[in-house]
Amino acid sequence: MPAVAFQNVSKIYPSPRGSVRALDDVSFRVEQGEFFGLLGPNGAGKTTLISILAGLARATSGHVAVLGHDVVADYAAARRKLGIVPQELVFDPFFTVREALRIQSGYFGVRHNDAWIDELLAHLGLVDKADSNMRQLSGGMKRRVLVAQALVHRPPVIVLDEPTAGVDVELRQTLWQFVARLNREGHTVLLTTHYLEEAEALCSRIAMLKQGRVVALDRTSALLAGTASTMLQFKLDRPLPDALAANARVTGRIVQLKAHDAREVESILSVLHAAGCEPEDLEIGRADLEDVFIEIMRGETPPRFAA
Amino acid sequence: MSDMSSPNPADANLVAAVGEPVSIGPTPSEPIDRSTEHGPLAGARTLLYKEVLRFWKVSFQTVAAPVLTAVLYLLIFGHVLEGRVTVFGSVGYTSFLIPGLVMMSVLQNAFANSSSSLIQSKITGNLVFLLVAPLSHWAWFLAYVGASVVRGIVVGAGVMLVTVWFAPLQLANPLWIVVFALAGATMMGALGLLAGLWAEKFDQIAAFQNFLIMPMTFLSGVFYSVHSLPPAWKAVSHLNPFFYMIDGFRNGFFGTSDVSPWISLAVVATSLVVVCGLCLHLLKIGYKIRH
Repeated sequence: MPAVAFQNVSKIYPSPRGSVRALDDVSFRVEQGEFFGLLGPNGAGKTTLISILAGLARATSGHVAVLGHDVVADYAAARRKLGIVPQELVFDPFFTVREALRIQSGYFGVRHNDAWIDELLAHLGLVDKADSNMRQLSGGMKRRVLVAQALVHRPPVIVLDEPTAGVDVELRQTLWQFVARLNREGHTVLLTTHYLEEAEALCSRIAMLKQGRVVALDRTSALLAGTASTMLQFKLDRPLPDALAANARVTGRIVQLKAHDAREVESILSVLHAAGCEPEDLEIGRADLEDVFIEIMRGETPPRFAA
Repeated sequence: MSDMSSPNPADANLVAAVGEPVSIGPTPSEPIDRSTEHGPLAGARTLLYKEVLRFWKVSFQTVAAPVLTAVLYLLIFGHVLEGRVTVFGSVGYTSFLIPGLVMMSVLQNAFANSSSSLIQSKITGNLVFLLVAPLSHWAWFLAYVGASVVRGIVVGAGVMLVTVWFAPLQLANPLWIVVFALAGATMMGALGLLAGLWAEKFDQIAAFQNFLIMPMTFLSGVFYSVHSLPPAWKAVSHLNPFFYMIDGFRNGFFGTSDVSPWISLAVVATSLVVVCGLCLHLLKIGYKIRH
């Protein structure tokens, strides 16, 4: 039985200028024990898909099940199996951290849960803040409480919707250590993130969404192996020549260009020299998940699915 | 199933950083020994507790302030009209006014509790904590309306406690007092829940309160007997369900009222069924909360 099964899920939002199709016939499964990544650019439908899974939104058609429980017909059982860390940094300003966790536990019908709440507080570095009002916490601390709230009823399936957006390095490390540990103990983790290096490091399998459709679904290693290209990377203080700009990925001074072989590297360098550019810190490396992602999103490679 | 035996190198780094896995809870396959509620009302008790705790934590604003407002009404109107107006033949104006003010406070605060709590949660986004939980529409309804009833009754009791010293208290039929206070508070809690579900902004709740709830309570006979009104206004008052709540409630004190308490009960019960039924239906379909 899969941990999460999406079956022909479509979602159409009505709008004054005609309907918007946020999800278009999405089907895939996340198996039990997996650390699964759901990637896609803004507006690809990741959060809509997570919202349907969590019961925050309803699919226009199709079915979603958590460990065999349909999220509409058998919503109570499905939600008991699911812990959601929402994307937005939300909190209830009336309560302390401990009160918020006790209340969240009670919503799931789990009472007398203080031993587990104490464990969560300890593992997420929140012991000192247990009796602080939620309003007094920093953004990072509030994010930790959101994680604790998602885990307070000990769900076997954990969904993290861009949990590290805008958080500092220390919290990111703490969070990933904690979630990786939960995964090793058998919990299924479904992660959406914009940080592709996180997805590459953590996720054993990845689905990519584009305009509401699954455009790639494979093991992370297979996705990386599927792109044979190497990347030429250098730093440049002036604009890239037009001949190269169209295919380049530019991040500030850093320029990355796909180069399949030595001849292509030479060709790029000669264009640079002809334009009077002097690249610094020249490196040749393997493509990473970000390159794969960009290739797929630009439609440079055909949709990628596991054989 | 993922291949857990061959984690990628970065994952291996994380393993190294964390050290040996330490069990921090049962794995998904292990049975968990704990007292877990099941069924359609699972979680309702906690949501009720949370809603009561929410208003109690700011009780200066949610309980003390409405009690003070009611006392000011009593002081001003009682001072101006006591000795000039008698109602139901022999009841002094201040004695007449007190039950009206108590019931008005019950109704307004019951409405304010559910409506403000829900709209705050919707706007700040923390409603997500409820939406992801396995709470049934019955659990939502009982908790939100239950907390509204608690706040309405607490404020009403507070107003009674403070104003009872201004005029002799009669208790002709305490059962009517209890029945109409509970039915009125329940209806207004449910109406507040409807307003909270419908509204998307604070000013829509304020409009609901200022242009519907406030006029209907003020024109329901809190400050006067509808028998003193011109026939046209009297007829209009009889179309206002709030009139029956206050009239029936007042009958419990004086044993007399503008209409029979049984008629009032029938009108209030019918309104209650309609409002609660609509509320439960909207909660079930997730009206404006599940998209």
